[in-house]
Amino acid sequence: MTMHGARWSPVLVALSLWVLCVLGIALGSAVGSTGFESWLAAMHDDIAWQIVWDIRLPRSVGACAAGALLGLAGALAQGLFRNPLADPYLLGSASGASLGVAVALALFGGNPFATEFLVRLGLTGAAFVGAVLAVMLTLVLARGVQHTLRLLLAGVIVGVVLGALASLITLMRPDVLQGMQGFLLGSTSFIGWNACVLMLGVLLLCVVLAFALSRVLDALSLGESTALSLGLPLAPVRVALVCVLALATGTAVAQTGLVAFVGLAAPHLVRSLVKTQHNWIVLLSTLMGGALLLAADLLARLLLSPQEMPVGVLTAVLGGGYLLWLMYRSQTARAAR
Amino acid sequence: MLKRILALAALLLMVNTAQAVVLRDDRQIEVTIAKPPQRIVSLLPSLTETVCALGQCQKLVGVDRYSNWPESIAKLPRMGGGIDPNIESVVATKPDLVLMATSARGAERFTSLGLTVLALEPRSHADVQRVMRIVAQALDVPVAESDRVWHYIDATVNAAAQSIPAQAKGQRVYFEVSRAPYGASESSFIGETLQRLGARNILPASLGPFPKINPEFVVRAQPDLIMVGDSNFADMTTRPGWQNMQAMRTQRVCHFTSDESDVLVRAGPRMAEAARLMAKCLTGKANDKPKGQP
Repeated sequence: MTMHGARWSPVLVALSLWVLCVLGIALGSAVGSTGFESWLAAMHDDIAWQIVWDIRLPRSVGACAAGALLGLAGALAQGLFRNPLADPYLLGSASGASLGVAVALALFGGNPFATEFLVRLGLTGAAFVGAVLAVMLTLVLARGVQHTLRLLLAGVIVGVVLGALASLITLMRPDVLQGMQGFLLGSTSFIGWNACVLMLGVLLLCVVLAFALSRVLDALSLGESTALSLGLPLAPVRVALVCVLALATGTAVAQTGLVAFVGLAAPHLVRSLVKTQHNWIVLLSTLMGGALLLAADLLARLLLSPQEMPVGVLTAVLGGGYLLWLMYRSQTARAAR
Repeated sequence: MLKRILALAALLLMVNTAQAVVLRDDRQIEVTIAKPPQRIVSLLPSLTETVCALGQCQKLVGVDRYSNWPESIAKLPRMGGGIDPNIESVVATKPDLVLMATSARGAERFTSLGLTVLALEPRSHADVQRVMRIVAQALDVPVAESDRVWHYIDATVNAAAQSIPAQAKGQRVYFEVSRAPYGASESSFIGETLQRLGARNILPASLGPFPKINPEFVVRAQPDLIMVGDSNFADMTTRPGWQNMQAMRTQRVCHFTSDESDVLVRAGPRMAEAARLMAKCLTGKANDKPKGQP
């Protein structure tokens, strides 16, 4: 079979990804610290019911939503920067969030006043604030969004500097180290219903905006000057898209930590399945990211239960493995022709 | 004449024992310590505490930045941490012995720079006794002295265990080490202490000493009592499903200050104090145990 003839219709792919997500969430309510057990059995037991309803279900839905946010952000980043290596963390949001978490962890338990304030803000709040501030810093350093290269460089610089500051704090306070490492590897363990609702709300907003603005990404893929000559309102739309990108990434990072690779892999996986315009790519990447992180979360819980694997490790193995296989397959297919 | 020869022989013997100490450290390397060290750098808090418990605190010339007990070491220069020891400042103090963890970095570097490195990593009660003996031998302290210190620790743990009333025994405890969450299982030294205090652990030894667990596991296990550091306790109730846990609702949670946490998580001479802290928690929280519970 040849790569180019085998593209599927986007509607079909979207439907199957949707079904996958729903199935995954159903399965997710049955997989936990005791391995697989049917949630039907939990109907009669209060604690078991609480575990299914308050822990497993929000966790599965949340993993899906966070993955979706990252997938969406990844598709936007790759479209905006016209760079297949772009990922959602490009504008410095990842290191901003880690710095926020590091500061919060270091202050926890120290000053009682600071602790009370931080508990109200929460680690997720600190991470979100950190991510947003980092992106703003990047935008200031790049003096707006007009120059792609300047934006890229500013993002890299902000990322490195804030990351270094976070490492410094971690080194000074060893009790922060393990908590910090958990954040850096990503974790879906602590997602509750509030976080789910928040992420789903942000996701809805972001998907609608990205879908509506994605024509500019199509134009941009022809080159910046062509896009300009088409008479599109390039500058404001770009600002809007960067904002969507930052919001989606910040929300996901705040709830789940730095889950690796979902944002990078999801758009690639989508492009390998369908060849289509950006509105579909954005939509499908969202679904693909959700399915990917959900699958990783399920495996993270199941493989070593009741211990847990870091979910970020599994996304890298799953997404990366599949991507490698696709590359290998397309190469052999090309060689066969 | 005979007397003089005997005296000379005795003297030679003494010099010999003082000179040739060969110790096998936790890297399984034979370390030769030529003469009793007078300038010691310790890069692990529990080893710093061990040196001081053996009464050799005055020989320390540098410690890592996390060592904070006893107070007498507060003024010593800090030489980085386990993962980032400051090679230069360690070498500059010209120590004749560097004590560090096997998991720490820089041991090879120190050795190649001509320093004597003894890498030790206490992980269990037995290890604490063994490490204390090795340190004693390295510092030319009679092994009997290290055994005396150990017996004191041992006796204190036993006394702490006896101080716990019968109705407070057999409580099922979850000890959280860090917020990832990592817990202390039966096979960790914390678990060993809990076991000796007559408490049960919700994390079996088969998971390894400090497993990263699914938070749902704790909710399912429904521990009678939770032990946790202040910094992790702060937002524990916000974890999904946790606020409805019996132990959380009835406030059967002991949260330790960061100083107390230091005592609890270091496998060293302050294990005795750690046992007392845990015993106090077990006893205190058992009194307000809800009626009708086994």
